[in-house]
Amino acid sequence: MSISLDEVQHVARLARLDLEPEELLAFQAELNALLGHFQDIQALDVSEFEPRPHAVVLHDVFGDDIARPGLDREDALRNAPRTRAGLFLVPTIIED
Amino acid sequence: MSLTELTAAELSAKLRSRDVSAPEIARVHLDRIAERDAEIGAFLSVEPELTLAQAENAQRMLDRGEGGRLTGVPVALKDNLSTVGTPTTCASLILEGYRPPFDATAVALLRAAGAVFVGKTNLDEFAMGTSTENSVFGSTRNPWDLTRSPGGSSGGSAAAVCDHMAPLALGSDTGGSIRQPAALCGIVGFKPTYGRVSRYGLVAFASSLDQIGPLGRNVEDAALLAHAISGHDPTDSTSLPDSQIDLSGLKGGALRGLRLAAPRELFGEACHPGVRECVLSAVDRLRAEGAEVAEISLPSIDYGVTTYYIIAPAEASSNLARFDGLRYGPRLEGEGHVGTVAATRGRLFGHEVKARIMIGTYALSAGYYDAYYVRAQQVRARMTAEFEHAFGEFDVIVSPTSPVVAFPLGELSHDPLALKMLDLCTIPANMGGFPAISLPCGLSEGLPVGLQIVGPIRGDERVLQIAYAVERALAG
Repeated sequence: MSISLDEVQHVARLARLDLEPEELLAFQAELNALLGHFQDIQALDVSEFEPRPHAVVLHDVFGDDIARPGLDREDALRNAPRTRAGLFLVPTIIED
Repeated sequence: MSLTELTAAELSAKLRSRDVSAPEIARVHLDRIAERDAEIGAFLSVEPELTLAQAENAQRMLDRGEGGRLTGVPVALKDNLSTVGTPTTCASLILEGYRPPFDATAVALLRAAGAVFVGKTNLDEFAMGTSTENSVFGSTRNPWDLTRSPGGSSGGSAAAVCDHMAPLALGSDTGGSIRQPAALCGIVGFKPTYGRVSRYGLVAFASSLDQIGPLGRNVEDAALLAHAISGHDPTDSTSLPDSQIDLSGLKGGALRGLRLAAPRELFGEACHPGVRECVLSAVDRLRAEGAEVAEISLPSIDYGVTTYYIIAPAEASSNLARFDGLRYGPRLEGEGHVGTVAATRGRLFGHEVKARIMIGTYALSAGYYDAYYVRAQQVRARMTAEFEHAFGEFDVIVSPTSPVVAFPLGELSHDPLALKMLDLCTIPANMGGFPAISLPCGLSEGLPVGLQIVGPIRGDERVLQIAYAVERALAG
């Protein structure tokens, strides 16, 4: 199998990565090399095994419903590149 | 003899017998950093005033008869651990200027215990790498040979401890990032059982694999630090409901009758002959001390690297979605919302981080999810089952930690696949969540070789106890 440049561009869009044309080419080569190598796992018999998402599987972890102080607004905003009136200022998401 | 030569346990004893003060210990380590680190490049930030203030606070604790074994002892912190008010960069441009509003739980526990932080250490960007060459701030150099890599991704922590700039350091281990640099720098590195140390405040790379752990110059020091940072934490829902790692039996283990398994997949072709010889000769010495050693086969190990490089990037592509330039870090303007986020991420993430996000996004995308991600999780299940079966018959599994010794800087940075193959020996412990330690077992080509010991889930105490006995046998 081989991944086309269009597919690389599509993946970059999904991943929200604005890449230069030469980077797209480099990632195309790298993805093809790695994913080619990754075919090896098709050879191992895993028919008896359910997919395992976690190292140590815990179930139903609940916390007590206790009110605790959270991060205060000033601390939460301190690292923001742009703020206004005590809020994060972000680019327009939905146009008028 | 300089105080920087002493282990954490020795420093602790001197502090409590009042032979030396915490500020004095802090100062000699800061001096050592000032003298050595221009050459080594282990630290990304050092703030001497904060360090000395912490040391004075530690001394007040000691004067009041309070504190524990790490009170007044210097610790270096990998720069992906959140430290309130001080830079936490993950060696990435995307976190330039970021100062966390909170401490990681492991950091908070050490702070409360009176440990003294000497600085934040270099790493591969977001802990993605095996050589510390993927840091935007430049490589760390191996103190054994400045032309070589210290390993990675906790290369800064390993080099700092190796070069006596701190007796102890914290690292994080997703596929070997504590154990491999410990091996390449000739020190001890321990990855606890998944969930025994809270991940809260560790900047997430692959959440089902990440674990914080200690690096030190001997097993006892690493165990002291593991004890201090472990225990249940309600702010991490994957934290085990277990108590702290108990050190009461650390020195009580014997090698006689111990059942060790050596998987042939980790002693084969992938392993450099000099490393293999060194580890086998260490294993022979353990046998001479009465340990039983059997060769076993764990066939899924051969598929570990592939499995890891599907699962870890898949999780990373999701975890790193939070870096969008909206709430923290710099923002580069682009067209509209999506354009701004994509411009920020495209310019400020480094090559390896972008490569892993691309691999992960691809593996999770429609049409490929079953062939890659689900399949990898099935291999993970089989690998875990193979290891668990082995732990039914054997106490621990032994192998090299790294198939090679420290390699020259730049030698592998152009070959991402070759670099990834070096994680062969360390990946299974992350896949199954098993506790695993690397300790020095000799030299090959004049460079340190690490012996890895892996135990069953929640076997942290046993692994540390066995490692302590092994360390003594190899020294004797």
